Amino acid sequence: MTNTTDPGGDVRLTGIAKTYGAFTAVHPLDLTVPQGSFFALLGASGCGKTTTLRMIAGLEEPSAGTVFLGDQDVTALPPYKRPVNTVFQSYALFPHLDIFENVAFGLRRRGLKSVKKQVEEMLELVQLGEQARKKPHQLSGGQQQRVAVARALINHPKVLLLDEPLGALDLKLRRQMQLELKRIQTEVGITFIHVTHDQEEAMTMADTVAVMNGGRVEQLGTPADLYENPRTTFVANFLGTSNFIEAEVDSQGGEDIVLKAGGGKLVLPEARCSAPASTGGKVLVGVRPEKISLTHADDAGEIPEGRNRITGRIADSSFIGVSTQYVVDSPVCSDFEVYAQNIDRDPRLVPGAEVVLHWNPAHTFGLDAAQSVFAGTEGSAGVEEAA
Amino acid sequence: MPFVNWLKRNLVVLAGLFTLAYLLLPNIIVTVFSFNKPKGRFNYEWQQFSLDAWKDPCGVSDLCGSLSVSLQIAFWATLGATLLGALIAFALVRYRFRARGAVNSLIFLPMAMPEVVMAASLLTLFLNMGAQLGFWTILIAHIMFCLSFVVTAVKARVMSMDPKLEEAARDLYAGPFQTFVRVTLPIAAPGIAAGALLAFALSFDDFIITNFNAGSTVTFPMFVWGSAQRGTPVQINVIGTAMFVVAVLFVLVSMAVGNRRSRQKA
Repeated sequence: MTNTTDPGGDVRLTGIAKTYGAFTAVHPLDLTVPQGSFFALLGASGCGKTTTLRMIAGLEEPSAGTVFLGDQDVTALPPYKRPVNTVFQSYALFPHLDIFENVAFGLRRRGLKSVKKQVEEMLELVQLGEQARKKPHQLSGGQQQRVAVARALINHPKVLLLDEPLGALDLKLRRQMQLELKRIQTEVGITFIHVTHDQEEAMTMADTVAVMNGGRVEQLGTPADLYENPRTTFVANFLGTSNFIEAEVDSQGGEDIVLKAGGGKLVLPEARCSAPASTGGKVLVGVRPEKISLTHADDAGEIPEGRNRITGRIADSSFIGVSTQYVVDSPVCSDFEVYAQNIDRDPRLVPGAEVVLHWNPAHTFGLDAAQSVFAGTEGSAGVEEAA
Repeated sequence: MPFVNWLKRNLVVLAGLFTLAYLLLPNIIVTVFSFNKPKGRFNYEWQQFSLDAWKDPCGVSDLCGSLSVSLQIAFWATLGATLLGALIAFALVRYRFRARGAVNSLIFLPMAMPEVVMAASLLTLFLNMGAQLGFWTILIAHIMFCLSFVVTAVKARVMSMDPKLEEAARDLYAGPFQTFVRVTLPIAAPGIAAGALLAFALSFDDFIITNFNAGSTVTFPMFVWGSAQRGTPVQINVIGTAMFVVAVLFVLVSMAVGNRRSRQKA
């Protein structure tokens, strides 16, 4: 239904930047969004993701750089001349027009006379055929959200921009709309660029996620890639939870780096270390809480050889149904988080118990030690809940 | 005590009815006396029912002339004040400029100033400028004092409007003019209409400022004031009643239209 076969329909940002006086909202940034993909810009409030989106829409003028849609340079075009449409966070439905006219707005402005069939089809797509003659305020939040999507999609834009479109919905409805949006995107094949501060939302919906921080793209990749191979502590903490151990490089050989931490040794695959590692240098060793197994200290002998291991004492445990979350106090890291599936629960694993934490070395990742291990965690600057 | 209980239950209704009566009594008196056939020149005592005045509303010399002057002034003052006031309101809400705060407060000054003081100052101003007092000086004065009311009414409406709506319109292929006509104006319309109605009523009613700056022009309020010295023709009541009826009809029709529209949508 759209020109998805047109090659070179990518969105390309080259050196795009935005400054307000002395404040830099977006540092010069290069980004390519492949045509037909579901792309997410993920970051805390004030990281520049919405500004980037608005520059693609034309609602914000970049201080430098260019915006390409396919081969066309649209940097100087006003928003009403760009083949791009936006779903706003507040939906911004026109209160004086009914649902039908809201959806027809873009078509009418482009001078189309017979819009009835298209509008009705679009309302069917978002399952609002019955509501055509209602005013926006008579619909529920979820319905309004779908009208906003329909109003933008009916124009067959080259790119659909979504600015925190699910932010105002409650959790259950949000999950439902995430799947719904994903379904619509697959159905129409239009490029979606989705701005969100919710890492789960970004990972559920997007093919590619760009994690933004302080006006820069921190890392870009598929959700699984970002989660398994974070290259900075910010990404490691913003997407899920990570444990960090500061370690010293003991020896490098073959495919593995051997590190010293506390009294013990840890193995890190060279390929998973994004920091320059030289013997004697420092590296941050990271591991996700769900990759770790807990064994009571009495059974330490049963742990297979070749696993990374650390000793500690359980400081806290909370049972949350599918798993139990432990906080382990260890000499190398005071708050080690471990998520254990509730398959065979060892009754000895209670607060105060001495335990051994062990995991497959392949699940270890290495980061540059010259950064805060708290970047991207909830207490740190810039990661308060976005409005 | 059934009566006390009944009173307790219906006190709110009774209070409402009394307040309504208090509000409407003067209008009723005006209406009733428009059907009077007074003895002598003063229409203060009920004599007998008559339709004479209704059959010949312009029967008193200069009455309809003054009414026409008032309606003309009210029309142009409403137009001028609404146009300027709406623009001022948009500027105050949408743009950040130097002296915006000052303009915001100064705009209320005409409302706060005692009318008679303003009237005298205006007269001084016009005389110093050598302006010919009459229709134009009245019109200028009316536009001036109606402005603050229009600005207040429109500003409240524009302030409650989400600026994202205009962005959405621009995003949906509406250029600046289309955005204004299709989105901004319709949403601001109730505020503009309220401001215009207020301006019309204020202008049509005004006596003090008009009296100072009218020269030899006579508006309807001035005519009533003047004739009250020498006797009150029944036709004044006829005009008053007619205005009242027109206003009530206007309100009823707009309410009916609004009701039907919201019922259609529901």
